[in-house]
Amino acid sequence: MARWGMVIDLDRCTGCAACEVACKSENNVAAVSVEQADMGRASSWMKVMAHVEGEFPDTTMHFYPRPCMHCDNPPCIRVCPVQATYIDDEGIVGQIYARCIGCRYCANACPYMVKYFNWYGPEWSEAERQHLNPDVSVRPAGVIEKCTFCHHRLQKAREDARAEGRELREEDYQPACVDVCPTNAIIFGDLDNPSHAVHTLKDDPRVLRLMEDLGTQPKVYYLRPRD
Amino acid sequence: MRQAVREKLARMSNDEQILLRPLVETSRSFYIVAGLLAAVTLWGMFAYYLQVTYGLGRTGLNRPSYWGIYIICFVFFIGISHAGTLISAILRVSKAEWRRSITRSAELITVLVIGFGAIQPIIDLGRPDRVLNVIFNAQLRSPLLWDVTSIGLYFISCTIYLYVPMLPDLAIIRDSGIKAPRLYRFLAAGYRDTPAQRARLERVIGVLSIIVIPIAVSVHTVIGWIFAMTLRPMWHSTIFGPYFVMGAIYSGIAAILVAMVVLRRAFGLQQYFKDIHFDYLGRLLLLFSLLWFYFTFAEYLTAFYGGEPGEMRAFWAKLTGPFAIPFWTMVLGCFIIPLSLMSRRSMRTPRGTLIAGIAVMIGMWLERFNIVVPTSVNPRWEIESIGQYLPSWVELSIMAATFSGFTLLYMLATKFVPIVSIWEIKEGREHSVREVADRVAEYLPESA
Repeated sequence: MARWGMVIDLDRCTGCAACEVACKSENNVAAVSVEQADMGRASSWMKVMAHVEGEFPDTTMHFYPRPCMHCDNPPCIRVCPVQATYIDDEGIVGQIYARCIGCRYCANACPYMVKYFNWYGPEWSEAERQHLNPDVSVRPAGVIEKCTFCHHRLQKAREDARAEGRELREEDYQPACVDVCPTNAIIFGDLDNPSHAVHTLKDDPRVLRLMEDLGTQPKVYYLRPRD
Repeated sequence: MRQAVREKLARMSNDEQILLRPLVETSRSFYIVAGLLAAVTLWGMFAYYLQVTYGLGRTGLNRPSYWGIYIICFVFFIGISHAGTLISAILRVSKAEWRRSITRSAELITVLVIGFGAIQPIIDLGRPDRVLNVIFNAQLRSPLLWDVTSIGLYFISCTIYLYVPMLPDLAIIRDSGIKAPRLYRFLAAGYRDTPAQRARLERVIGVLSIIVIPIAVSVHTVIGWIFAMTLRPMWHSTIFGPYFVMGAIYSGIAAILVAMVVLRRAFGLQQYFKDIHFDYLGRLLLLFSLLWFYFTFAEYLTAFYGGEPGEMRAFWAKLTGPFAIPFWTMVLGCFIIPLSLMSRRSMRTPRGTLIAGIAVMIGMWLERFNIVVPTSVNPRWEIESIGQYLPSWVELSIMAATFSGFTLLYMLATKFVPIVSIWEIKEGREHSVREVADRVAEYLPESA
C-alpha cells in the first residue's frame, strides 16, 4: 500500500505562489472579498508562508509552502464528533463535506491551521463558473474543507493505469501544486516506494518536519535551506 | 384574583397562602418585565434567522478565532446549571436543614439553564441541519460526543430530580383547586401523600440526589476536556476538568444568590429566604472565591514556569497584552470583590451577596472568554498569529436573547410551581426540628 507524501525544498522555493494559484483553481476554492480576507476568512489549501529572520537590514526571508501535512497521527480526526474527517489506507487525510456539521473542532485541534471553514457559501463570477473543475466537489456554506493531495488525480491516474493494464507510475499522480512549481521545489510520491524520489529525500540530512515534537508524524517534509 | 380563588386560598395554611399566591396573582410589573424580555428574545431569534440564512459569516468569527461568544456562553450557562445540583443534592445528602426553602428555586435554574446552554453549540454549528449526525455517525473518540452524552444524561436526570420532589406540591395545588385543575391532576400523577407514597418519594429523592452529583461533575469535566484534549497553548492542561467543575459550582452559587434576592423582593419571601440563608451561601461563595484563586494561580504558574514559547504568547496576551482588561476584570470579579465582601459578616446580607453574586457571574463569564479567545488568536504556529476577534451584533443579540429567554422562562415557571417547596417547609416544621435535636443528642456522649 502506498503512503503518499511530499518533500519541499526550501532552497528552491522562490515564493512565487504559483502553487497557491494552481491549488485554488484545481480545487474550486472560491475567492472572497477583500473585507472578508482581512477578517481572516480566505481559504488557501496551499499557502506560501513568509518567514523573516534577522534585523533590518541584515534580513533573510524564507518561504514555506504549507499544504495539509497529512499527518500519520492527525489530531483533527480524533476530535471530529461525526467521523467527517478521516485518514485513508494510503495516508491521505480527507474531509466528507456532506457529513461535516461545521463545529470547527478539527480546525482548532490542527496545530498547522490547515482546515478552512466556509463562512458563507462560495461565489464565482460567470466566467469562473465555466472553469470549475468537474472532478472536485464544490463545498457548501458551513463546512470545513482542506487539502486532499489532489486525491481526485489519484483516482483518475489509477483508472488510466488499470485501463492500460500497467502499474501506477510516479509521474502518473502528482498534485496540482507540484505540477505547476517552476523550480521543482515540491516533490511528491510514495514515501514507502524505493523507486520514488521522496523515498530517499525524506532521509536527507537537511530534512525537517513542522512541529514534529507534537507527535503528529506529518508526511510533508521540508529540506532546510543551506546557508 | 377571582373571589372563589381568594376564598379557597384563605382556607389554606399560612405557608401555602404565601407560596401559592404568585400562581394566581400577577402584578403589572411582571407583565412589563416579561414583555421586555420577550422582545429581546424575539430580536435574538431574528438574529439567528439571519445567521442560518446567510451563514456563520454573520458572526465575527474567523480563522484562527474559530470559536467565540457561543462557546463562551455554552460553558457559562452549563456552569450556572450546577447551582441546582450543588445546593440541592449535596445539601440534601449532607442533611443540611437550611436547604429547605432554597432547593426548588435552585433546581429550577438547573433545568432551564441546561437547555439554554445546550443549544449554544448548536447555534455555533455551520450546519445545524445536520446536528443529528452526532447520533448517526457518532465518533466515540471525540470529546464533543462525550459532551453530548453527558449533557443529555444530565438534562434527563436533573429534570427528574426537579419533578419528583415537586409531586407533593403539585398534589397540594390539585387538591386546592386554585388553578388549572386538569393540568395539575395530570402533573401530580395520582400522588396522594399517603405515608407509603411519602416514604417511597423520600427514598427516590435520596437515590436521585446521589446519582445526580457524579453526573454533574462529569458534565463540566468533559466541557473542560473539549479544550484540554487539543494540543493548544493554555488549553492542553490536566487541571481543566476540575477547574471547570469548581468554576461551574462557583458561578452556580452566584446565580442562585442573585435569583434569591430577586424572588424575595418580587414575591415577598423574606420569611423563607432569611438572613441566615444569605449568610451561609455567602460563606460558601467566600470559600469558592479562595478555591478559584488557588486553581487559577496553579494553572497560570505552571504555564509561566514551564515557559514554553507557545504557551507564553497566550499567557502574556492575557496578563499584559490585548486581553489584559478582561483578564484583570475577571480577577476583580471572581476574587477581589467576593473575597473582600464575603469575608465580612455585615456584608453577607441580601444586598452584599447580590453585589458579590453579580461580580462573580461577570467574572466567570470573562473567565470563559479568557480561556476561549486568547488561545484561539494565539495558535501554536506563530506565523499564523494574526488573529483578532470582535463579536458581531448577531452574536451579541443571540447572547442577550439567551439571558432574556432564560429569565423569561424562569419567571413563567414561578407562575406554575411554588418557588419554595411547601411540603419540605412543612416537613421541616413538623419533623426535622425534633429529628435534628435527636441527632445532635446522638453525637454526644451518654449523659452521666
